[in-house]
Amino acid sequence: LTLVDEGLATRVLERALSRGGDFAELFCEQRRGFSLSIDESRVERPQFGSERGAGIRVIDGEVTRFAHVDGLAEEDLLGAADVLASALAAEATRPLALRAAEPPRLQEIEVDPGSVPAERKAEVLRGLDERARGAGPEVSQASASYSEGRRQVAVFNSEGLQASDDRTRVRLGAQVVARRNGTVETGFETLGAHRGFELLDGDPARIAEQAARKALELLGADPAPAGETTVVVGGGFGGVLFHEMTGHGLEADAVQKGASVYAGKLGERVAEPLLTAYDDGRMPGEWGTGAIDDEGTPCRKTPVIEEGRLTSYLYDRLRARRDGTESTGNGRRAGFRDLPIPRMTNTYIAPGEADPETIISEVERGFYAVSFGGGQVEPATGDFVFGVSEGYLIEGGRVTRPCRGATLIGNCLQALARIDAVGSDFEMKTGFCGKSGQTAPVGTGQGHVRIRGMTVGGTSV
Amino acid sequence: MSRSPAPELEQAAGRAVEAATSAGAAEAEAWAEGSRSREVRVHGGAVESLTEASGRGVGVRAWIGTRTGYAYGTDLSDAGLAEVAEAAVGAARVADEDESAAAPDPAGEEPPEIEGLRDSGVAETPTAEVIELAKRVERAALDSHDAVSSVEEAVYVDEDGDAAIATSRGVSGSFGASAAYSFLQAMASRGSEVQTGLGFGVGRSPRDLDAEAIGAEAGDQAAAMLGATKPESRNCPVVLSERVTASFAGFIGGALCADDVQRGRSPFADRLGEEVASRALVLADDGTDPGGLATAPFDGEGTPRGRTPLLADGRLLAFLHDSYTARREGARSTGNASRASYRSPPAVSTSNLVLEPGELSLERLLAEAGEGVYITEVAGLHSGVNPVTGRYSVGASGRAIRAGALAEPLREFTIAGDLLGTLAAVKAVGAQTRWVPFGGSVSSAPMLVQELAIGGS
Repeated sequence: LTLVDEGLATRVLERALSRGGDFAELFCEQRRGFSLSIDESRVERPQFGSERGAGIRVIDGEVTRFAHVDGLAEEDLLGAADVLASALAAEATRPLALRAAEPPRLQEIEVDPGSVPAERKAEVLRGLDERARGAGPEVSQASASYSEGRRQVAVFNSEGLQASDDRTRVRLGAQVVARRNGTVETGFETLGAHRGFELLDGDPARIAEQAARKALELLGADPAPAGETTVVVGGGFGGVLFHEMTGHGLEADAVQKGASVYAGKLGERVAEPLLTAYDDGRMPGEWGTGAIDDEGTPCRKTPVIEEGRLTSYLYDRLRARRDGTESTGNGRRAGFRDLPIPRMTNTYIAPGEADPETIISEVERGFYAVSFGGGQVEPATGDFVFGVSEGYLIEGGRVTRPCRGATLIGNCLQALARIDAVGSDFEMKTGFCGKSGQTAPVGTGQGHVRIRGMTVGGTSV
Repeated sequence: MSRSPAPELEQAAGRAVEAATSAGAAEAEAWAEGSRSREVRVHGGAVESLTEASGRGVGVRAWIGTRTGYAYGTDLSDAGLAEVAEAAVGAARVADEDESAAAPDPAGEEPPEIEGLRDSGVAETPTAEVIELAKRVERAALDSHDAVSSVEEAVYVDEDGDAAIATSRGVSGSFGASAAYSFLQAMASRGSEVQTGLGFGVGRSPRDLDAEAIGAEAGDQAAAMLGATKPESRNCPVVLSERVTASFAGFIGGALCADDVQRGRSPFADRLGEEVASRALVLADDGTDPGGLATAPFDGEGTPRGRTPLLADGRLLAFLHDSYTARREGARSTGNASRASYRSPPAVSTSNLVLEPGELSLERLLAEAGEGVYITEVAGLHSGVNPVTGRYSVGASGRAIRAGALAEPLREFTIAGDLLGTLAAVKAVGAQTRWVPFGGSVSSAPMLVQELAIGGS
């Protein structure tokens, strides 16, 4: 698929730089998606979406000017380029001739979800619904959703770059509500990947059973205790914690504004030597994976913490230029209506040496956070907060009672430094990360991780 | 709906409806939008980025019997509309039958005349002036206190757009609206300690924004947080700032949407008419209040916006409905079908929530609290709040209340509870109201809660 031809791209870049500027870029995109849900055992909300459009930016010194248009019509693209150029009044800058595009290293998609009949997707959802309801008489509500999306992007810039990517993602989610007398609990589970419909081969309905199990388990939960304690964070979803408390602080825009507690700490020890972590946009099939980022830079694997030392920030082009370094392939945008900003792809703590069971058995009294509803961090202060969707007490080295309503709060640097065990188990999970009003698919992952001394917020004081 | 400020969009919507019925839909509805927007980001007294954008699109709902499907696209040419319409019809074929599903009926009444939704100030103010405004916002924060060391970003955004609807049952109409807002995050530092503060302003035009007040709010808050410590875990009286109250009101409003209520996923299910809250808490949804940014003559499916009292005299008076949830229980739509944009089908949501102000100033609320905590910021709302169970546990920061007055800053703690318990514990709502864009669009005020669980050290 060709979104725009080279000739038009060249004309747009020339027009954008016709009154000066250091750099111009044309980002074109076509996206198609389909989603469907099941609720009250009824398949509903089938929805198709289709969008095409382009974003054009001109960087002049430290100022970025950006325009975007719906559609890829030549007159609209040239008109947007003219709007950008009109703000400047210098000699034209001549863009370099576009080099031949290298064939993109695309993620292999076995079954294009767009080619699968929608009825088949409805069947998958019915399977989830049945499995959730079959998990026990206390399951009172079950719902599930399916979504697929395909983003085809092409990037052209005045340095002669042309690159493209074709990203297909499929995701399932299941939510279960369980009731016992007056108590209500919910459970949630997802399955997603930068893959085709083959993701759902096997037994996708297992996630409905897992969601049901969480909700049922929580029915017997006590209110979470409030106070400072040792926390063991589970594998997979637990990686959200690292994403929030460290990943965001490594994004170069926050660092350059001094709005990150990791600013000025490159090369320093920020964690025990047992901790190594990566951002890796090339992990095959993972949710945050791509061939290129949204500026045309190939995605790559960047060590961010090596044996406890901070080794790299995450860069897009603009911030890399400011620091006199190269983009790490983290210039991502939610779509053609957004400017690229430094963002994580798949971020994870590499597997350690500790046995996950030992990590727990060494804790006399603590809290086991298995999965999170999500979280938030204030990069400037490093303060973070996480809602725990599944958590348990640890008593005498054993996982005992489930707890409800717990929150983990703390400070990034402190919490990172207090990680004293990293498990040898490992799992990746999917997430949606919000930043500056843009949502991006990201992968998070880790094995079991133990943090000494963290505040658990709860209702039991 | 006689007025048509956007005839071209209305025509596009009309053609999309025709295309859908030609493609096999028994009934159809189309929602078309067109808008222009600007965004300025300023840092260190200089423009960091400037965005100018135009957008347009259409979303089509199609019904085949009692099956509903949706599709959207950005191409408003005849071919583009036909493609969207066919996709919507194709989607409808996948859905199961639902006896309550049908195109919304035309309302028997004309939508309200609402003045001032579009202010010419957005179109008339040159970009150079709004850049200056964003710079003034940043400067005001830096000038507010010596401790304010920088501003992460001062952002100004405005937007001017039209929306139009058409249905096969004869609903048609359009309206235009503008919005302008600015916000920033200021950073105050002392030694190695950094604290942040947020300031914002919203309106219909850049002329509505007080750059100095917006900047100073962020600076004041950041500086006030310096030296913050973690409070002790305890149950104590809490005063919520008007921003935090707004987030809380948004949580209440969400749980009052009939969709989740009907599906048994709201703590308010089966509680209509019952006593669920303190008498101090009086709340309404009002889609016609000229001050609210969600105000419009009609909702996302053409039903006139209106005012719906939700909580008064401690009782739960109503749930919010769109045409689907209304039909499901033989009620009337309250005009609360909302659309984030043409990219999403209408769904029940609050419009503007209006909290009835009380009589006490903030000072008096603090005096009433005696010993407790004043909450100025909450974090992690999307993860710490469970709308099904009504339980919440969110990160917070603020100030201690000692002897009825503000004392030292506090941070890194949580507040937790359950929605109904907290509603019952509201002791008073303050007199000073403000439109806050958190939790939707909320006319908010500070609020005293008799007792909440604080999780700290």
